[in-house]
Amino acid sequence: MIQINKTKCNKCRRCEKACPFDAVSFSDYPEFNESCVLCGACEKICPTKAISIKRTSGKDTSESSGILVFAETKQDMILDISFELLTKANELSEKLDEKVMAVVLVSENTDVSILAEYGASKIYVFADTDFKKYNSEAYAKVISDLVKEINPSIFLIGATHIGRELAPRISSRLKTGLTADCTCLDINENGLLMQTRPAFGGNIMATIYTPNSRPQMATVRQKVIKKKKNPKNPEIIFKQSNYENKDIKIIKETIFSKTTDITDAEVIVAGGRGMGKKQGFDLLEKLADTLGARVGASRAAVESGWVDYPMQVGLSGKTVRPKIYIACGISGAVQHISGMENSDYIIAINIDENAPIFKIADLGIVGDVYEVLPRLISKLKSKV
Amino acid sequence: MNIVVCIKQVPDTTKVKTDQKTGRLIRKGVLSTINPFDMYALEEALVIKEKYGVKITVLSMGPPQAKHCLEFALSMGCDEAYLVSDRKFAGADTLATSYTIGCAIKKIKNFDLVLCGLKTIDGDTGQVGAGIAEFLKIPVIYYVDRIKKINQDRVIVRRELDDRTQTISSKLPCVISVLKGQNIPRMPSMKTMIESRNKKIKILTSEKLETDPDRIGLEGSPTNVLRVFEPGKKAHGKIIRKCPEELAEKLCGCLKKRSK
Repeated sequence: MIQINKTKCNKCRRCEKACPFDAVSFSDYPEFNESCVLCGACEKICPTKAISIKRTSGKDTSESSGILVFAETKQDMILDISFELLTKANELSEKLDEKVMAVVLVSENTDVSILAEYGASKIYVFADTDFKKYNSEAYAKVISDLVKEINPSIFLIGATHIGRELAPRISSRLKTGLTADCTCLDINENGLLMQTRPAFGGNIMATIYTPNSRPQMATVRQKVIKKKKNPKNPEIIFKQSNYENKDIKIIKETIFSKTTDITDAEVIVAGGRGMGKKQGFDLLEKLADTLGARVGASRAAVESGWVDYPMQVGLSGKTVRPKIYIACGISGAVQHISGMENSDYIIAINIDENAPIFKIADLGIVGDVYEVLPRLISKLKSKV
Repeated sequence: MNIVVCIKQVPDTTKVKTDQKTGRLIRKGVLSTINPFDMYALEEALVIKEKYGVKITVLSMGPPQAKHCLEFALSMGCDEAYLVSDRKFAGADTLATSYTIGCAIKKIKNFDLVLCGLKTIDGDTGQVGAGIAEFLKIPVIYYVDRIKKINQDRVIVRRELDDRTQTISSKLPCVISVLKGQNIPRMPSMKTMIESRNKKIKILTSEKLETDPDRIGLEGSPTNVLRVFEPGKKAHGKIIRKCPEELAEKLCGCLKKRSK
């Protein structure tokens, strides 16, 4: 609730200007519309302290403890995002002094001990042949029941397609908060999880927290955390699943071949609008072949129909973190940058030296891709 | 059969600019539009209507101005429209929004399928569809690229995830979010436009929905925004301007060194 002390208000209208959400309008006194998210910018700027924000509090959250990670699998194979989340969970646990746990759903007799290598000290395993295929209803039921039982303070899920469907289902069932697509997680001085995510297409970042309900849930983008081994001696707990599978039936599940996935590539050659035509990507393919790289693209290139959507890097596509990212003819819209800025080394080739991509590039090449790349390819080949 | 399509009015964010000095979003003069992802959900519903003659109810939660996007949906050929609007709903996060829309759909009663877009372009969370399904205690399927078959009790869909495709059979009612680009949303035709002229948009307030005051608006939202800020800028790297030959040479050396 926002309260205005009308006797204190001097009508300076600073609150109106300070509001990042354009939620304040002014007639006689400030008024707040539905865009308001209680961010507190107006409260902070008010010189007469006429604005006060009352946040609901009171629920006891002290009983919750531990950081739980959902270990996502692909037909019983544990995916990298699980290790990334565990790495982060261990970092957070140092500040909280709480244990790191993982939950995994697999077929019977699947080895899940690799989760301990990345720092899970307790692993909850639900083993059932049906879990080999992802079934949203079954997964949501089993995981929600576990969370109710073990009552963790934090629950992290990957912002993969599966995670994005599963997480809101679970958080709604538990009536707790969920922050989508986080790129940064930290613990504040009160032990609360600070969840930072891009909003408005990456134009701004927002830090969000869940003060009064547990667990504090977040989905976390892939490849924003670097997985790190941290071996633990795990306690593995096998749980019985009790769900009835009648609402949803997975008739068929087909796994894509690995080659279409660019998120695991060590080197990515990406093209944008500046490639100018579909054939431009043949040139990028050639360069990628020489380097053992995969080809990515900006949204502009995908929307022009030059390449397919699975290759799209950016906010509405994939997030990547290769060792080398070569951006060719990509101007560098914020949406694209937020999908690749964590790459170890960024090379940008663009004819326009004012292109924003150069602001984040480690090496910027001002030149025509059609003049530079063919020369580069022949040089690379001749020196191999 | 009745299909409910959930849509949202959003600022046309491709046109949103940040103030160079303050870094704030300049929203003045920014036009509102139907969330582009929701257009695919509307089109999907209209395709089903053409095939099976179903009724389409379109629903939106937002300020009174959001009625414009409902009017557009009606002119595309939807049959009925509800605007869930009340000052008390203001400041809702995805949980409170899901609850509120869930209450509205319950009020509509006879529904067999709820269609949503993948996510909105402003909030960018994609969480409300699953939230609605949870409150209605019905299944949810995201990322659907084809509705293969639909009858009174069940629907068969194909969907595409990061690393796999699935063909799923679900009981009805259920919530489906459709993948972007699976169809081309139509423009209103003269016929549907004229037909829509007499259709009234019904307003659903907290009183009409009998919502629990603790579960709506800011009160009902467990997440709080602590602060908003502009993304940090990385320090400038090296920028070189030379003839193509030299640039290629330089790049070649750099790649050799780095890819070891």
